[in-house]
Amino acid sequence: MSDWLSARTLTVIVLLAALVLLPVYVEFTGNRFVLTLFTRIIILALAAVSLNLILGYGGMMSFGHAVYLGIGGYAVGMLAHEGIYSGFVQWPIALAASALFALVIGALSLRTRGVYFIMITLAFAQMAYYVVAGLARYGGDDGLTIYKRSQFFEPVNLSNKTQFYYICLALLYASIYLVWRIVNSRFGMVIQGSRSNDTRMRAIGFPTFRYKLTCFVIAGTLCGLSGALLANHTDFVSPAMMYWTRSGDLIIMVVLGGMGSVVGPVFGAIALLLLEETLSGFTEYWQIILGPLLLLVVLFARGGIDGLLGKVRYA
Amino acid sequence: MTLFIEQCLNGLQFGLLLFMLAAGLTLVFGIMDLVNLAHGSLYMIGAYFAATLTAWTGSFLIGVVMALAGTLVVGMIMEVVVMRRLYGRDHLDHVLATFGLILFFDETVRLIWGPAGLSLPLPSWLNAPVQILPGIYYSAYKLSIIVVSLAVAAGLYFLVMRTRIGMLIRAGASNREMVGALGVNIKLLYTLVFGLGAALAGLAGLMQAPILTVQIGMGEIIIILAFVITVIGGIGSIRGAFVAAIFVGLVDTLGRAFFPDLLRMVLSPAAASTAAPALSSMLIYLLMAIVLVLKPEGLFSAGNK
Repeated sequence: MSDWLSARTLTVIVLLAALVLLPVYVEFTGNRFVLTLFTRIIILALAAVSLNLILGYGGMMSFGHAVYLGIGGYAVGMLAHEGIYSGFVQWPIALAASALFALVIGALSLRTRGVYFIMITLAFAQMAYYVVAGLARYGGDDGLTIYKRSQFFEPVNLSNKTQFYYICLALLYASIYLVWRIVNSRFGMVIQGSRSNDTRMRAIGFPTFRYKLTCFVIAGTLCGLSGALLANHTDFVSPAMMYWTRSGDLIIMVVLGGMGSVVGPVFGAIALLLLEETLSGFTEYWQIILGPLLLLVVLFARGGIDGLLGKVRYA
Repeated sequence: MTLFIEQCLNGLQFGLLLFMLAAGLTLVFGIMDLVNLAHGSLYMIGAYFAATLTAWTGSFLIGVVMALAGTLVVGMIMEVVVMRRLYGRDHLDHVLATFGLILFFDETVRLIWGPAGLSLPLPSWLNAPVQILPGIYYSAYKLSIIVVSLAVAAGLYFLVMRTRIGMLIRAGASNREMVGALGVNIKLLYTLVFGLGAALAGLAGLMQAPILTVQIGMGEIIIILAFVITVIGGIGSIRGAFVAAIFVGLVDTLGRAFFPDLLRMVLSPAAASTAAPALSSMLIYLLMAIVLVLKPEGLFSAGNK
């Protein structure tokens, strides 16, 4: 890219650096709340980044992405409930369970396209929601409190807020890098090609179903990681984590930030959660403002925040 | 046996109710190519209107009729203000915009009626059980839901297939510009169709209201079932929605009623009672998965995407 020092690149660099320096600011001001809020933002941004891989680049409109937050979270919660606290057990299981669910759901729902795909992913996510809500052993509807965060080797301590923040941030940046590598690889080209014209991709000889399914599983696994982090962050998991409106929130983050750019969802997550925080400070009925606002974004600002900064690859 | 017949009727009643929701959803999708997540909000609004207006007028029937008209108007306003701008846009835009509408409607309802649920009491003449077969009694109200829903389904079929308006609607679905060029006010037609879908959702909501509590979020729960039905039946097909709705209603109701007993035969009682609630709520989704494997476009696909 010739004009890599554009306004957009600059904003991205400033943002990514600001996130790294945030704990320093917290240390000076003693404002612990900001740290907790941004840890949450970063975790959900990770989920949004993973959704963007299939939604923005793959054109797969999954409306059930929050289900992996739930699966990842419940993997941690259930194991903790059974007395297994080691993160080396919890996290791989969280990732594997998410990957497996994504594989099954993807294999079924990728047989269809467009609006069918939206409704089917939505329905399967809702199925998982009801199944979890029916598990009386793990709290059912009321959810499950986690008394001890995932344990790793000695210096790593997830209960330390600053440390946990940096772990989340590192994982977010690693995921962004991973998605960026995927998108710019041959594999990513096939995925994007199939978004534009699936029939043609198949005509040239690419078995697009397998490519899309792999992509779907990668995104699900990444989101499962985000779920494991979220469970550690809130020390609590409940079926509400995977309710379908949560999937809607993730889609909003992706679209608000701007689809088809790897960092867009981070902007979106920050924007949406800060907006929620600010609006709910004004009025208890903040969604009455958020809803129409969303409508306006859809109608008039399709590129999202990333688009406003210029250089939209896909709108 | 009595229990089985009663549960079958319950399933039929639930299925027909779901049909009203799914019919509106599939009608709007088939004709305007619009995905409307906020369809469940109209269901909720119908129920809230009915509960309030019945309490206000003191008459169940007047309240219900006014609520129906109210939902129709809300639907038509929604079409003119928002939906009209979404035709021809990407499905993702529809999903997001209508998701925004859900947030808006839920919060507006909370603002007006408060967070606590309402109840819609039945008049005494609908509350009594009636004898349907010798020795078998069934709720008069649920029976009337079945009758009303069947009448609506027949009316809908007649309207779409046998009247001039229905002809225009079908023509508008296949070629919007051409119908417009022939001098039909296609914008008004679309507004009417959307209003009709809204009224169907409102009718489902207000009929369900006396059985369940009227509460915020009631639409979000049931709309998923309507999606499952549209997927099974084939999007855009009212006939498919009818068959799939009754199927889903029966499977869901009978599954919840008898599946735990069946499970108890193969598993230990303790294991069965733990697994039953989770498994019986999975049944309809498994049904959907099976249909998808066999016929990815649904049982009665209308063919247009």
